[in-house]
Amino acid sequence: MSSKLNAKIPGGPMDTKWSRYRSTVPLVNPANKRGLEIIVVGSGLAGAAAAASLAEMGYKVKCFCFQDSPRRAHSIAAQGGINAAKNYQNDGDSVFRLFYDTIKGGDYRAREGNVHRLAEVSRNIIDQCVAQGVPFAREYGGLLDNRSFGGTQVQRTFYAAGQTGQQLLLGAYSALQRQVGKGTVKMYSRHEMLELVMIDGKCRGIIARDLISGKLERHFGHAVLLCTGGYGNVFFLSTNAMGSNVTAAWKAHKNGAYFGNPCFTQIHPTCIPVSGDHQSKLTLMSESLRNDGRIWVPKTKGDTRHPNQIPEDERDYYLERRYPAFGNLVPRDVASRAAKERCDAGFGVGASKMAVYLDYASAIERYGKSKALQLGIHEPSAEQIKSLGKEVVAEKYGNLFEMYEKITGENPYEVPMRIYPAVHYTMGGLWVDYELMTTVPGLYALGEANFSDHGANRLGASALMQGLADGYFVIPYTIGSYLSQEIRTKAIPTDHPAFEEAEKKVQGTLDKFLSIKGEKSVDHYHKALGKIMWDKCGMGRNKEGLTQALAEIKALREEFWQNVRVPGGLNELNPELEKAGRVADFLELGELMCLDALNREESCGGHFREEHQTEEGEAKRNDEQFSFVSAWEFKSVGSWELHKEALDFEIVKPSQRSYK
Amino acid sequence: MNITLKVWRQKNAKEAGNFVTYRLQDISPDMSFLEMFDVLNEQLIGKGDEPVAFDHDCREGICGMCSMMINGRAHGPTRGTTTCQLHMRSFNDGDTIVVEPWRAKAFPVIKDLVVDRTSFDRIIATGGFISVNTGSAQDANCLPVPKDDADKAFAAAACIGCGACVAACKNASAMLFVSAKISQLALLPQGQVERESRALNMVKQMDEEGFGSCTNTGSCEAECPKEISLENIARMNREYFMAILKK
Repeated sequence: MSSKLNAKIPGGPMDTKWSRYRSTVPLVNPANKRGLEIIVVGSGLAGAAAAASLAEMGYKVKCFCFQDSPRRAHSIAAQGGINAAKNYQNDGDSVFRLFYDTIKGGDYRAREGNVHRLAEVSRNIIDQCVAQGVPFAREYGGLLDNRSFGGTQVQRTFYAAGQTGQQLLLGAYSALQRQVGKGTVKMYSRHEMLELVMIDGKCRGIIARDLISGKLERHFGHAVLLCTGGYGNVFFLSTNAMGSNVTAAWKAHKNGAYFGNPCFTQIHPTCIPVSGDHQSKLTLMSESLRNDGRIWVPKTKGDTRHPNQIPEDERDYYLERRYPAFGNLVPRDVASRAAKERCDAGFGVGASKMAVYLDYASAIERYGKSKALQLGIHEPSAEQIKSLGKEVVAEKYGNLFEMYEKITGENPYEVPMRIYPAVHYTMGGLWVDYELMTTVPGLYALGEANFSDHGANRLGASALMQGLADGYFVIPYTIGSYLSQEIRTKAIPTDHPAFEEAEKKVQGTLDKFLSIKGEKSVDHYHKALGKIMWDKCGMGRNKEGLTQALAEIKALREEFWQNVRVPGGLNELNPELEKAGRVADFLELGELMCLDALNREESCGGHFREEHQTEEGEAKRNDEQFSFVSAWEFKSVGSWELHKEALDFEIVKPSQRSYK
Repeated sequence: MNITLKVWRQKNAKEAGNFVTYRLQDISPDMSFLEMFDVLNEQLIGKGDEPVAFDHDCREGICGMCSMMINGRAHGPTRGTTTCQLHMRSFNDGDTIVVEPWRAKAFPVIKDLVVDRTSFDRIIATGGFISVNTGSAQDANCLPVPKDDADKAFAAAACIGCGACVAACKNASAMLFVSAKISQLALLPQGQVERESRALNMVKQMDEEGFGSCTNTGSCEAECPKEISLENIARMNREYFMAILKK
């Protein structure tokens, strides 16, 4: 559709595209690698994996993160697991099935070529992580254990209790620190990237602020990789870390990188509900809990009885009722909307009535009976069953149950948990081609920061897979295609006028924040933006709400620039100044998300336009008109041009997604 | 709830710091400790004062960034809990709460409650890894690991690197942190090849960073938010002595 967008998908049959690409992509010889510098922004799964792998290959790498250590990146909080098409459970899994499930789960809005590659390399990831010493869960025979996750009917998820992201990130962090120790990666922690440097149409470096001294620094790179995660914090309340932000990606966008599918947001079904106005973030309860937990609400509206006192036949296990084939394991978008539907209809529970129950009583009983049998206890008492069942559940989900109890003060082994959907992940992100390059030459986006693999809805345990795939197994090959053309480019001195100008621009913005001296804090504006986004661009969206949101965000942004108060100084550690920069970017991004949501006159995956639904309330796609990726080109603040990348499905024929 | 806070304020690494008292009213018991600090900061900003700088990020107990010494205890009074997961329901109406940064020579204060923990990263860089490049690792199931070993390795690997062990220790020793990584890798078959050099190098770096010695008082284990076991220190000592003998 648009001549400007070339996804560069290699030719040939789907299952040979990647292997052919790898065999034919230009290489950079070892001597030349030593002269090529790569900047990696972000140190999560994608960033740490890429920085370590590229340094191992011989490139000179600089890696930046805003936290005090690369090990803090928010990948660390991922709980449930990582998918891989290993078929260790002999349940019929294959690369093709993982590919198919991901395309279908994404509601046919992802690119087949990228997703097939993801499914292929998924197997290498597990091998690599085990070799690094990642302590995945194992069976008694010593082999790796698996569990199942939403949107699939096989067991392909590898896990380390409810701390899989932590273990994978620490593996990548170890690999990164090993290179730091060797001097092949220079690590810049407590640094934030605030601008890109463009020279002759190519990305040639960044301006970063040392968050301790407040000084601006110039860094040259032959290529820049943004591995900076997603932008869910535009909603203020999300499961993201407090510092997660869109700033690096947004600066890239304003320098010419198109933004892909910005409205595709994942609302995760199993989070701990909001408890009051003081709430600063929301906590996810791993989707793996839906493996064994059963979700229900009372059959009677406004039933105020204690959940344990509501008899079985007065409970509505609405997911099992509506989707018998997948039951509690429907994909996230479907589960979230179903919870919202019940609560909106008046069946919600808890003080706010905006929650549903996630119940472990039957799982505890089932596991207890089986454990008793294993132990040779033939007629176990109810008490014995319960206590043995609790032990098994604790082994699988112990840390999640503890976390729930810490936050809510309730014991989930005894009382059903209360959960409600919350913003969790953004499928949208910088538009990238097959090589993960954005529309800016030399600028790449990896992991959640790009848009490419999850379509309109990400399946559980696929984010870790994608971050590591991009970092360990994709970029080390694809970057050669660009850098092999750059071997004659000498490092550009940072007194080049382009660096000068970029630094001046950043300095100007920082000075501006401090000079406004208004009345309201940065958080005030962030919360106000979050409320607009959640109410009008959240789980349900419609034309009227989105149109209002566009006007409201514009007005809020104008007020922010007139009336925000940023205390403290420039040349010191100043967390309020950091937040101001991030919220300023969210105030521009929010508008683009609403514009994209308004433009996409269909429902697909996590994007639910209320005007477009089936009679049963399911998302209704419009493949004829909307089988494309929206790639937005920035013109000026509040003004964009839409480019469309048509999605051609060679293998998987789009159909109405059914989990019934 | 009404709370009186005594908070360590320090402009930067060079200037001396002192305690400043703040009074907070109508604090909800359902707030997390850091949300209570958000309320304090919002009030300070409103009054034109500078907010308290403190480290935090995930606010779900896993990133290891938050680090407050609360009433003399690392991460406060609740066992196995990070500061971000501590809730105000653990305190009483009218309480006075003293909040300080981690105190250790190897963790210099940057500002207010923020300290520099890069010494931990440098220790990991000397040996907290298995030297395997990205590429063609063998199939993951070629290497069976007894479940018990894998579980123990996982329990050690659960360390979040927050530094509470150092802050809790009267000697500011980093033995629990270092031993958790050494144990994780020593327990797994993948870690065998480098086990001696790992123990020697990491201990050497730990000493160079200025952490104190271990005198087996166990306060690290008692205050660790992830309840990392002292057993790891015993295992590390064994690894270290074996490595010296083989040297």
